[in-house]
Amino acid sequence: MSTDANSLDDLKSAATDAAEVPKESQTTYVPFYKRVLAQKQGKIGLTITVVVVVLALCGPLLLPWATGNTATQFVTKPFSPYGLFGSDNLGRDVLSRFLAGGVTLIVYGVLATVLGIVVGAIIGMLAAYVGGTFDAVIMRLNDVILAIPQLVFALLAITVLGPQGWVLVTVIGLTHAPRIARVARSATLGVITEDYIKAAEMYAMPRWKVLMRELLPNITGPLSVEAGLRLTYSIGYIASLSFLGLGLQPPAADWGLMINENRIALSIQPWGVLLPVIAIALLTIGTNLLADSFARATASTSVEA
Amino acid sequence: MFGKVIGKRLLFSAFILIAVSLLVFGATLLLPGDAARAILGQQATPERIAALNEQLGLDQPAWQRYFTWLGGLFVGDFGTSSATGGSVGALLGDRVGASFILMGLAAIISVPLGIGLGVFQALHRGKRRDQAMTGLSLVLAAMPEFVIGIGLIAIFATSVFQILPAVTLAPPGEPVWNRPEQLILPTLTLILVVTPYIVRMMRATMIEVLDSGFVEMARLKGVPEKRVIMRHAVPHALGPVAQVVAIQLAWLAGGVVVVEFLFRYPGLGQALIDAVTYRDVQVVQAISMLVAAVYVVVNLAADVVGILTNPKLRSAA
Repeated sequence: MSTDANSLDDLKSAATDAAEVPKESQTTYVPFYKRVLAQKQGKIGLTITVVVVVLALCGPLLLPWATGNTATQFVTKPFSPYGLFGSDNLGRDVLSRFLAGGVTLIVYGVLATVLGIVVGAIIGMLAAYVGGTFDAVIMRLNDVILAIPQLVFALLAITVLGPQGWVLVTVIGLTHAPRIARVARSATLGVITEDYIKAAEMYAMPRWKVLMRELLPNITGPLSVEAGLRLTYSIGYIASLSFLGLGLQPPAADWGLMINENRIALSIQPWGVLLPVIAIALLTIGTNLLADSFARATASTSVEA
Repeated sequence: MFGKVIGKRLLFSAFILIAVSLLVFGATLLLPGDAARAILGQQATPERIAALNEQLGLDQPAWQRYFTWLGGLFVGDFGTSSATGGSVGALLGDRVGASFILMGLAAIISVPLGIGLGVFQALHRGKRRDQAMTGLSLVLAAMPEFVIGIGLIAIFATSVFQILPAVTLAPPGEPVWNRPEQLILPTLTLILVVTPYIVRMMRATMIEVLDSGFVEMARLKGVPEKRVIMRHAVPHALGPVAQVVAIQLAWLAGGVVVVEFLFRYPGLGQALIDAVTYRDVQVVQAISMLVAAVYVVVNLAADVVGILTNPKLRSAA
């Protein structure tokens, strides 16, 4: 159980071997976004992600029916004039609820990821830069948090504080932090011996400035890979928690909750389940492909980093 | 050397468990207001609150409650469920077995499968089948487990075919293995979630090993390719992969929660969700500790595998 053990979190970067890295970028500098878009994964991932995000963010503006409407004339089968995908067991239009149900998932997912990246990067950089006992204590504490799976941790927090949005975002963000801190720490250790850091220190630059201006810009590669991965996981955890009935509470329209409410009727009215399932699947696949292309794009710049 | 390394790891495991117990217990101190009121609701009379406080031991200071609770864990006394009033140990007793069957089945199938597929991909690196499998594993690794589970239910239990049960059929108390067909879909879901990570790591490590000097040396000496792979390459790749396998198996302890809920499987995960819904803190604490214990044990096992596959440490034993 050593601290530098290969973890699930280091996997994505480890899975990229040198043979798959585009060669030409090692001689001439290619901007990061171009390196990402030069790959099939990057293009597909970005397209899928943008489509689902646009659908989720603009969806609430184009509702055919009100999401809470339970009028009986809406109890319809799919592909009828009253609603393209029919209605759920309470007579609510499935398409309307689907269009309205993605916003919270994406907003919570992004917030949790940002929180995790900020806290994790600060902790990891400080641990590497300060070193010594501080580093040792921080890394031991990280190991403790890593011993509880993120979902179980979230369940523990929800038991105590209740199923509220800020609890979900905070607990998922904070449990990302130790995992991100490990990556930030090892990336920082890689650049900390560089001459420009020594130069900055000799100019008596304040330590926080060294961290923010010299170290941070040089570990954005690994951090961007982490951001993509963590976004995938955040969306997965938040969707799972709403699916478990511990996220948004009824009668809210939410993809995870919709799946939970409609899965009993999977055999007679599958659209109430399939639409949100497909959307969540596409969203996580898109962000994961993006994370993978970030990893490959980062690997090819390691020469100039 | 061997004993010393293991001893150190054991000590560290004990430290992790103690720290986790502090964390898990400390979480309950965050309960808003007093726990008794949170359980009984706003209309509770002061007498009932006082009675429940005494029953829960909340009239004692926090550190004293912590040690009572921790001491209880050592003798298998997990406290009293505040939702049902029954013993937590009895509530979890039957369910632990059911969950371990599910996790064990998933582990027994996915570990060799993942290692095998990883070696296969490494040997065919860059070819179309390798790329297709890499794409598939990226897709599977991305999706949350309940999405994969619902997909399997839609395909095998409801919309397309109706050949497997969509939910667990066994009545409470009946052992789950009495109806093996109900284990198929939950196990398959867990396998599909766990295997891609093992495959990716095995592929990456194996490629590294295949490019290394000693494999080339073995080939140049004229060792048959099959023997080069089985005797020289694979054992070297297993050490690092053991860590990933450990993390995945530990993940199973958490991922099984959603899968059990989805399939209404009578295991620990289902109990955990019920406990969270009813804010049954004692049950949540006990299950969190069990999950952390699984993590620690599985990681210890991975360390032993790491030592056994590393000749430097092994010969020193």
